[in-house]
Amino acid sequence: MTAADLLGAALLSALVLYALLGGADFGGGIWDLLASGPRKAEQRALVERAIGPIWEANHVWLILVVVVLFTAFPPAFAAICIELFLPLVLLLVGIVLRGASFTFRAYVGSGDRAQARWGLVFSASSVLAPIVLGVVVGALASGRLGAAAHGAATLAWLAPFPLAVGLFAAALFAYLAAAYLAVEAEGALREDFRRRAIGAGAAVFACAALAGALSWREAPLVFAGLTRRSWSLALHVATAAAALTAFAALFRGRVRAGRAAAALQVALIVVGWGASQYPYLVVPDVTLASASAPRAVQVALLWALAAGGAVLFPMLAVLFRVFKGERAFSVVDRSR
Amino acid sequence: MSDLLAARWLFGISLAFHIVFAAVGVAMPLFMVLAEWRWRRTGSAAHLELAKRWAKGTAILFAVGAVSGTVISFELGLLWPRFMAFAGSVIGMPFSLEGFAFFAEAIFLGIYLYGWERASPRLHLASGAVVAVSGAASAFFVTLANAWMNAPAGFRVEGGAPADVRPFAAMFPPGWSHEVVHVLLSCYAATGFAVAGIHASFLLRDRANAFHRAALRIALGVGGAAALLQPVSGDFSARQVAAVQPIKLAALEGQFETERGAPLRIGGLPDPERMETRWALEIPYGLSLLAFHDPGAEVKGLRAFPREAWPNTRHVHLAFQVMVGLGSLLAAVAAAGAALRLLRREPPRWYLRAVALAGPAGFLALEAGWLVTEWGRQPFTVHGILRTADSVTPVGGLALPFAGFTALYVLLGAVTAVVLRRQIARAAPGGGP
Ligand code: HDD
Ligand code: HEM
Ligand code: HEM
Repeated sequence: MTAADLLGAALLSALVLYALLGGADFGGGIWDLLASGPRKAEQRALVERAIGPIWEANHVWLILVVVVLFTAFPPAFAAICIELFLPLVLLLVGIVLRGASFTFRAYVGSGDRAQARWGLVFSASSVLAPIVLGVVVGALASGRLGAAAHGAATLAWLAPFPLAVGLFAAALFAYLAAAYLAVEAEGALREDFRRRAIGAGAAVFACAALAGALSWREAPLVFAGLTRRSWSLALHVATAAAALTAFAALFRGRVRAGRAAAALQVALIVVGWGASQYPYLVVPDVTLASASAPRAVQVALLWALAAGGAVLFPMLAVLFRVFKGERAFSVVDRSR
Repeated sequence: MSDLLAARWLFGISLAFHIVFAAVGVAMPLFMVLAEWRWRRTGSAAHLELAKRWAKGTAILFAVGAVSGTVISFELGLLWPRFMAFAGSVIGMPFSLEGFAFFAEAIFLGIYLYGWERASPRLHLASGAVVAVSGAASAFFVTLANAWMNAPAGFRVEGGAPADVRPFAAMFPPGWSHEVVHVLLSCYAATGFAVAGIHASFLLRDRANAFHRAALRIALGVGGAAALLQPVSGDFSARQVAAVQPIKLAALEGQFETERGAPLRIGGLPDPERMETRWALEIPYGLSLLAFHDPGAEVKGLRAFPREAWPNTRHVHLAFQVMVGLGSLLAAVAAAGAALRLLRREPPRWYLRAVALAGPAGFLALEAGWLVTEWGRQPFTVHGILRTADSVTPVGGLALPFAGFTALYVLLGAVTAVVLRRQIARAAPGGGP
């Protein structure tokens, strides 16, 4: 393991956490858009209550990914920003509108038209941002960004595989959010989100199949990772087991177990992407090694991350403890 | 509009927008914690009300600060990829540490805002204190990155790339302490006067209102102290500039000739064609005295440097005059307030009116100061090493994102103002709906 490998692992871990935490906040926005039925208002209120205190903290994982990327692998950051200029700008627009409108909606004063309008901006941008994020990931993995050497923005991301990954990301985030919200809701509202989690789980499956099939032609490295590497099978089995557990638990109403299994499933999917792309940061010509900053920088950064993490995780534990109750992360469904 | 110009405008506008919310994010948590602390000590209802109202305002401004900061962290790469490819490894350390400060800030602000009932009193007050400290820490770290751009250190250039990088030496370049102190003070001064201005204008209508009196004491106490220190700290900054960026000093002062016993110019308009600064009030030996603490010291003029290394001296000089002028004004208002306090006099009407009028001056000075620093560093992104023209992205058509983001900022700024106004109108007990 070189310092670059360790930093690659740190980047991937931060992305996993961003998906599990920040991703679920976007998913909440998707359910705001799709709120329906007799408990429409309650669904929206629950989404707002669930993400209000924590979305800003969850969002910082993305910032951490950006700063670690440009500190440890500066040429990769430059290449990504040049080649994926347009989708990244769209991602920013989505992030800005989501965060700002969520806050405006909460503080603009209740009951008037302005509130409804900001609610719509909030939910629409919560759909936009995950799709674009998925497109960026799909484009990085696809191997179609060969223009790094030419230093030009490309439209290579505008292809079936990245777009399918975009849909996949949105489905994953919606699935996570529903699984989390089912735990936080009670009674009929819990039923609503339990059923939504199962539906979104089916959508995740469909999107995964689509992206997997497209990867055969459009993202050979990912496809090889999915099928032919030594660890492919083990990872598949683990992901499938997590998915089945999540489904079974959600069907039987064991929402805490379902939430844990769904989170594990999503984490394994992100890890699977990272592993299949290793050692590339941008397929096919930027690798961890080729983009590495001087070793002194990478080693210092590793120490900084270790020190920061030692402070950060206890702080996060306090946050979730305060807002998600004593058993914030429990997987055991007690009958009440 | 050329792509380079569009990139400069877009980045400048993004930072000018973000810095307002960032400064508020540094200072406002301190104010709200002071209010809550006072309530817990004395049981004063006005202070509890104040802490809650200020927390709401902070929540709105913090969210806009967080998203606009995110835009900047991506724009560093989207607009200046070659700068980041060159400098990312050297200045990444403060940015990475800033990331952890953001975490602390966001986590404990969440607890503070939503935890009035859920967290214990002690955890609640402590959370506010952590937000105040980590807000200052994030400003501290990001300013170190800016200090490095002004005085690059901790590496060698070898074949166009940095070599021998020493991340912790790069993190503390020469003069870092002056810039960090000046920037932190500016956050407290600007926010303090803006908040004090709002409450002073309410007090002009309702002199006995306990809520607004409490607010004015806290905001003006912190903001006034910072404003009094600001000229002292600015003097250190100026001497630092004189030592490491003589060309920036010459542009700040509109100094074209190299001379001993250079005068300090107040106002005036530099004319780069005729190489002189006209219509300025000149104080003999002033500049040599201020910049080097020696009336006979030699000050290098712009003519000592090649023309293509000059910043736009007109812009830089004017922005500097605005900052120093407003800074002197704020210091005067703060001194008058301190005198009234010593004499134990109630703030008279004229003083409240002065504070209300001075409200926007802090933020104007802060924006002007940043323009001095950023414009004064031109044509370089990294002083003496990497030119702005060599930093910019090869992606074309930047006028479009520039127009789009500008429209977005105008919208966000307007809506933030409306939402805040509603909160403030509601916050005025006895006044407003
Ligand atoms: C409330 C805001 C405020 C006020 C009242 C002042 N400043 Fe300032 N000044 C800033 C806010 C600011 C700033 C925005 O924070 C800057 C930009 C970068 C920096 O280091 O601080 C700045 C930069 C800055 C610089 C350039 C530093 C550099 O480029 O490295 C100098 C020489 C001064 N200031 C000097 C002064 C003096 C002599 C003041 C006397 C009244 C003064 N400032 C008041
Ligand atoms: C290149 C310049 C800058 C970058 C890349 C940057 C980046 C960011 C980012 C990513 C955030 C969001 C954090 C979150 O999600 O909570 C943020 C917020 C913040 N930034 Fe900046 N920033 C820059 C300049 C500045 C400057 C000059 C200051 C201080 C003087 C500052 C102080 C802050 C503070 C205090 C916050 C959080 C508080 C709030 O949002 O109100 N930033 N910044
Ligand atoms: C610590 C924080 C800051 C950092 C790290 C930073 C960094 C940069 C960088 C990398 C550039 C682009 C290259 C260049 O033109 O030199 C730039 C330009 C610029 N920045 Fe900053 N900046 C900071 C704070 C600010 C603030 C608060 C303002 C607000 C007014 C500002 C205004 C500008 C402007 C106007 C430009 C364009 C300058 C020109 O090209 O004439 N900056 N800055």
